[in-house]
Amino acid sequence: MEKVTDKKFNMTVYIRRFDPERDAAPRQQQYTLEVERGMTVLDGLHVLKQTQDPTLGFRFSCRMGVCGSCGMMINGVPGLSCNTQILDVATTALTLAPLPNFSIIRDLVADLVPMFGVVRGLQPYIQRSDMEEMENPTMEYFQTPHELEEFLQFTYCIKCGSCMAGCPTMATDREYPGPAPLTQAYRYNIDSRDDAGDARRDLVAASHGIFNCHYAGECSKVCPKGVDPARAIQLMKKDLVLNYFGLSKHRCAHLHKKPDKATYKPRIEVPPFTAGK
Amino acid sequence: MANKQFDNHLGIVGWLGGGRWGVERYLYILHRLTGLGLLLFFLMHIFASSVRMYGPESWGVAMGILKNPVFKLGEFCVFVIFAFHALNGIRLIFIELGLAVGRAEEPIYPYKSSLNNQRPLMVIAMVLVAILIIAGGYNTFFGSH
Amino acid sequence: MRETAYWTWFIIAGIVILIIAGLHMVVMHLPMFGVFNPESGAVTDWGNVAFRSQNQFLAFTYIILLGAVLFHGFYGLRTIVFELGPKKSFQDCFTVMLWIVGLILFGIGTYAAIAAKALETAI
Repeated sequence: MEKVTDKKFNMTVYIRRFDPERDAAPRQQQYTLEVERGMTVLDGLHVLKQTQDPTLGFRFSCRMGVCGSCGMMINGVPGLSCNTQILDVATTALTLAPLPNFSIIRDLVADLVPMFGVVRGLQPYIQRSDMEEMENPTMEYFQTPHELEEFLQFTYCIKCGSCMAGCPTMATDREYPGPAPLTQAYRYNIDSRDDAGDARRDLVAASHGIFNCHYAGECSKVCPKGVDPARAIQLMKKDLVLNYFGLSKHRCAHLHKKPDKATYKPRIEVPPFTAGK
Repeated sequence: MANKQFDNHLGIVGWLGGGRWGVERYLYILHRLTGLGLLLFFLMHIFASSVRMYGPESWGVAMGILKNPVFKLGEFCVFVIFAFHALNGIRLIFIELGLAVGRAEEPIYPYKSSLNNQRPLMVIAMVLVAILIIAGGYNTFFGSH
Repeated sequence: MRETAYWTWFIIAGIVILIIAGLHMVVMHLPMFGVFNPESGAVTDWGNVAFRSQNQFLAFTYIILLGAVLFHGFYGLRTIVFELGPKKSFQDCFTVMLWIVGLILFGIGTYAAIAAKALETAI
């Protein structure tokens, strides 16, 4: 077996460039990059920008796979540039392009704002019909580890857009919510503390909604956080069908019962502001 | 900033592939194509088999036309796409009703997904498709009728 | 709710097609099971066709299969066309058109089944 080498060598990098002030359509530009073992795509982009082409545009923030800013197409597969090592995906040539199924702002930067809007539209927060308790909470909601497990996987989404880029339905259907928003809708529906299942079901089961998913499975294949949106969507379809036949069990977490002898600590009042006085 | 963005939706090409995709993606494409093919066949089949209401003479004329080897080959093709669409359809029914995707579990790297859960079902379905195609081919081209 | 209803019946139609069209394949291609092919000739010989047309169970089952395939196929076609992004007015118009065409074809097929059943031909 060949030993993994630590030698640096040159690799051809093709980057899809688009300058909104000058270009009518994206174009391909070629660079040569000296790569070594351990270098991530984001590292490579920094080297290119610093040493060869300061006009190269790309987005990043945490550089450790938790913020979701650096999603892009790496050798034909969507992923995060910060946690993809170049030598894991390429041997002679590396092709980078912005995420498809979004608009390109510039070079490798895709516009994720529409996706955030869709997620927001699906009411991604806990809602209870008991408004008094929501406004002035008296105690915690009781939730078993089993109930937590039912939605925990889907909380790991960092909204990077890789799943949306891989989805075939997203390629043509502009009204389709996409894997990430649908997963968040399921995450809140299945959360036992939430009570707004009917409202979200109506939103999700609309025309051009969840039933336009046909399990191509690319979303789960490319998700960098293991969220498995395909699983969430199919489980949500099961929930919708059971609800259609009136068979869904309505489980709603109840308030935790305060033990009899327990007392609450006194409420600490926030001191008044001093600035501006 | 009034910069014009570039719309980067893949369009119908995105159904076929926008990059290097997995098996399930191609099964989805084939399922769509076979579905359309079957629909076209079925619309013709309604009219062809309705001829029986006109009696044996008309039926004989219709069957005479359909004895042509082109139709024999066409019939085999229809059988092949029916076998694929049916078995992939069974697989999709299990998946889309949430029965073959597994339960939500905390993601621990290296991540496993519902694709891993449904893979045995996919392999069984495709093996059965292959068996049916071979059996159908034998029946059509070497069978007694 | 309407889309959930369409999709759920689409799946049920798929299962119905699996069973009935599967039986249809057996009847048409495995004649050694003999039950629906009393004549010795080919499966598509008039004698056998007339026998099946006049069989109560088969006539009824074929009509169910006709309805299921039309619904399943047209819902699939509608999904594919809608995903290509037409305008809302086209979508509504297309849905209505599919219902009309589907019901007409169902009428034609059912009429043919009943007319074939009522034929006076001897088996």
